[in-house]
Amino acid sequence: MRVRVNAEKCEGHNRCCALAPELFDVDEYGTATALNDGKVPPELEAKAKLAVENCPEFAIEYVKDDGERSK
Amino acid sequence: MTTTPPVNDWATDYDIFDESYVKDPVPVWNDLRGKCPIAHTERWGGSWLPTSYDDIQAFVRMVPELSSRDPLVVSASREEEEFDPILKEYGNSAPPITSDPPDHIPMRRLILPLFTPKAVEPYRPFAKQLCHDLIDGFIGKGACDAALDYAVHVPAKTIAHVIGVDGERSDEFVGWVRGLLEEGMTDPAKRIKYRGIIRQFFGELVDARTAKPKDDLVSHLLAQEIDGEPIAKKAVVGMCNLLLVAGIDTTWSSISSSLWHFSTHPDDRRRMANEPELFPSAIEEMLRFYAPATMAREVTEEVQAGDVTFMPGDKVLLNFPAANHDPSVFEDADKVILDRAKNRHIAFGIGSHRCAGSNLARMEMDVALRVWFERIPEFELTDPDAVTWAGGQVRGPRHLPFTFPV
Repeated sequence: MRVRVNAEKCEGHNRCCALAPELFDVDEYGTATALNDGKVPPELEAKAKLAVENCPEFAIEYVKDDGERSK
Repeated sequence: MTTTPPVNDWATDYDIFDESYVKDPVPVWNDLRGKCPIAHTERWGGSWLPTSYDDIQAFVRMVPELSSRDPLVVSASREEEEFDPILKEYGNSAPPITSDPPDHIPMRRLILPLFTPKAVEPYRPFAKQLCHDLIDGFIGKGACDAALDYAVHVPAKTIAHVIGVDGERSDEFVGWVRGLLEEGMTDPAKRIKYRGIIRQFFGELVDARTAKPKDDLVSHLLAQEIDGEPIAKKAVVGMCNLLLVAGIDTTWSSISSSLWHFSTHPDDRRRMANEPELFPSAIEEMLRFYAPATMAREVTEEVQAGDVTFMPGDKVLLNFPAANHDPSVFEDADKVILDRAKNRHIAFGIGSHRCAGSNLARMEMDVALRVWFERIPEFELTDPDAVTWAGGQVRGPRHLPFTFPV
């Protein structure tokens, strides 16, 4: 599994970092980025899903290995 | 509590200050969402009231058609603003909450770094000590007003600490903010009075720090620049005004609503006392279910919104609390589920005006509730009829008579 934060949509709620600090970080304006190029190890997949499903801006997407957005 | 004529048709004549609505707005939202879903009223200067999650998600992004220049749910008259001597001196904007593009993002970026999760964490020990001290003051009595003896002081004293103003005066600050946001919404004379007091207080503080900088937030803001230019004095006064006004009633409401909920839902109360791992999701669920803040936008250009047309001058209420109860987004929306896993609530607003202090508010809620449950795991509401709620811009309990075993 891979995830990506759409920086255009992210407004700095920080829900992803709170739920999955192993996978996301925020800058000084609150804008989130996925750590480790968005790669999610199997043991953190449930946390990644939580981050996706709690983002109020719908800013976190699953991505396929070729970088395309996946559903 | 304001007394207003009874509402017969909520879709065409709603009243956000109606007593039953302030106490429990959920049935009205559910009814409107099913049939309207954007209600209208001529009351309080007139406004539109969306109730669905998708509408509110869309309306925050209608920029520049919907302006943030007056985010209060009841507009002040233009005349009042033009002739007020204090506002003339110190301004009436409160950047970045009242800012629109292109000023908004640069203004917002001045305060965002002050409120990241890492930036607010150093205030945790202060808040924790404060909560213990407050409880020490009443725990021997076996009774307290959880809204007035506890919840209100947490954000009031913490934000005073953050801004660097005298925490001993926090009761005064609360009085000013309530004068503006609670009583002042339906009483323009009160609103002018308290707005003037707050502006003057920060105006004098900004003058003092301009003359002699200190290591504090005001001096920090005065030292910032946007595009190589210093920040105007009026903007710094406005920002300080915002930090105080936005940081007290809202978080007070969230802590009080949570305590009210647990006092009236013993099963949830027992779970909180026995399962501390619930706190993160439970706090988000309290924020969702009892979201305190409604913000407003002013229409500047005609724009179509579903079946209705917003016209210049119209006010649109961003009803975040109603969005959080939309069953198309939240399963069992009207049920509190402490371990709700999927929770895209928008209690702090959404879009470019997302509450800049949300991380501070979350920290304060977390500390206030953890310390409370650690010290007072069993408690109950003594008289449900004695509970009073504030509503309109900010909704939450203002009296909570509790008893607990000594």
